[in-house]
Amino acid sequence: MSRRGRIGRASPAGRGRGLVLLACLAILGSLSGGPAAAAERLVTSLSTHRVLINSVFTGAEVVLFGAVERDAGEAPRRAGYDVIATVTGPRQTLKTLRKDRMLGIWINVDSRTFIDVPAYLAILGTRPFDQVMPEERLRRLQIGLGNVVLPQQIGPDIADVVRDDPFRQAFLRLKTERRLYVEDPTAVTLLSPTLFQASIPVPAEAPVGIYEVDVKLFADGALVTRSTSAFEITKVGFERFVATAAVDHGLVYGIVTAMMALVTGWLASIVFRRD
Amino acid sequence: MDIYLPIADLPVNVFLVFAMGIAVGFISGMFGIGGGFLMTPLLIFIGVQPAVAVATVSSHIAASSFSGALTYWRRRALDLALAFMLLIGGLIGTALGVWLFGVLRAVGQLDLVIALSYVILLSSVGGLMVAESLRAIVRAHRDKQAPAARPGGHTWLHGLPLKVRFKQSRLYVSVIPVWAIGLSMGFLGAIMGIGGGFILVPALIYLLRVPTNVVIGTSMVLTLVTMASATVLHAATNHLVDALLALILMVGGVIGAQFGAQAGQKMRSERLRLMLGLLVLAVGLRFAVNLFLPPGEMFSFRLMEGDR
Repeated sequence: MSRRGRIGRASPAGRGRGLVLLACLAILGSLSGGPAAAAERLVTSLSTHRVLINSVFTGAEVVLFGAVERDAGEAPRRAGYDVIATVTGPRQTLKTLRKDRMLGIWINVDSRTFIDVPAYLAILGTRPFDQVMPEERLRRLQIGLGNVVLPQQIGPDIADVVRDDPFRQAFLRLKTERRLYVEDPTAVTLLSPTLFQASIPVPAEAPVGIYEVDVKLFADGALVTRSTSAFEITKVGFERFVATAAVDHGLVYGIVTAMMALVTGWLASIVFRRD
Repeated sequence: MDIYLPIADLPVNVFLVFAMGIAVGFISGMFGIGGGFLMTPLLIFIGVQPAVAVATVSSHIAASSFSGALTYWRRRALDLALAFMLLIGGLIGTALGVWLFGVLRAVGQLDLVIALSYVILLSSVGGLMVAESLRAIVRAHRDKQAPAARPGGHTWLHGLPLKVRFKQSRLYVSVIPVWAIGLSMGFLGAIMGIGGGFILVPALIYLLRVPTNVVIGTSMVLTLVTMASATVLHAATNHLVDALLALILMVGGVIGAQFGAQAGQKMRSERLRLMLGLLVLAVGLRFAVNLFLPPGEMFSFRLMEGDR
């Protein structure tokens, strides 16, 4: 099964397009002013703002481009920059179930509900996160899958749990296996000390909705500035028509599907008639 | 070639799904059953959520049983009056099944109930069919005389009140067991994503003494109506019927069924029953293995209602 993306592949062609975009960004960046307090401004752009799910959708890649703009008089940072991008998909409430042996068979005996957690989460960086800043700060900024807050329903309360909670770990593992949660500390490529590029993998299973892209710029382990943008995953054409009809007009949709079954059966009995 | 399924929300290989439709269609044509008990597990196996698989398979079975029922109708090999009586129970059973399906899904135990029903029903029915057909084969070997096609004698079921005469089947029985059989079939079909032909046919033969020449056609009419209404009800309440997946499956299914029917006609009936019994038993045991062996992954997660 092909898992290659259709949109903004990280192919040589895509990279060429990226450079053109980066050139545009550089101009854009010099025109628009960032926060006055920061010495650097961060300008980012995405290869697309709409990922379309059509009938041949098998996943996609959204390419993130960025440029760091320095004030004219500012001396360049000696240690260079680190970029950490966090992509957060639509929020979902998910029940995680645990199987155990009961009366000789394996059934779901225990469950935890994760409230409003991202359906999709990608944390991409320029180098291993623990080289960028100490663990304590990573945790505070929720960088890395181990540090992301995943609120659970615990009795009447909603709270995050300790990092080695088995449900939390299983949840992260399952999400990662389905490529819905991605932690890739080297996915962001620095094309020059101030230009970077990263590709955000969108698996076929990624649900429709708004995906927020939060890019943080670090220098010497300190947060310099950040930039947010977003893209939307949406069904189009036939896929959209069917999905909308199924939910909004369930009864009509069901009747049409049943009629389709009858017509198929009837046609078959005509085509293959042997008397 | 991959195609993205709009309701199941995953891409599948069209040719793989089409081939599954043909393969299951072949078996369904050969044995005169819907084949849902094979198709639903196959869909779950390729990654379709169990709930979507069950809801979608119902439309696939509706297509193949309509094609079959039309063929039997032309040969006048079905009993419409009996089918109508079975349907009264069948439709109530389907509605109950779809309702319980939704409840179990909300509670988070739908997968367990589907798996348990498969184990219990398929293992027991498959086992009985294997035993019965083996006895028939041994009997046929010992004395060449074929046993009576229609098992004679009356059971206590024939003593119940509300008797109705079914001319086509040359039958005079109470409608209570007829309704009860229809109800259980509709109920099981909606929950398990099976047409129930492999249970209905023996039930009609052994419990009601329906003659074998009309039994398959009659069972197909019941399967057709219960599965068509299950499609509508699943779509209206749970929004889980994937029309695109259903279309690929049913086109493959009706083509496969034609070749299956030809292959089936060349075989002796007790051999056919033995093969079907083994098949049903194998699927049941496969589910049992999953339930009794420690799973590789203890955890699973699912979306809560209303978040689609």
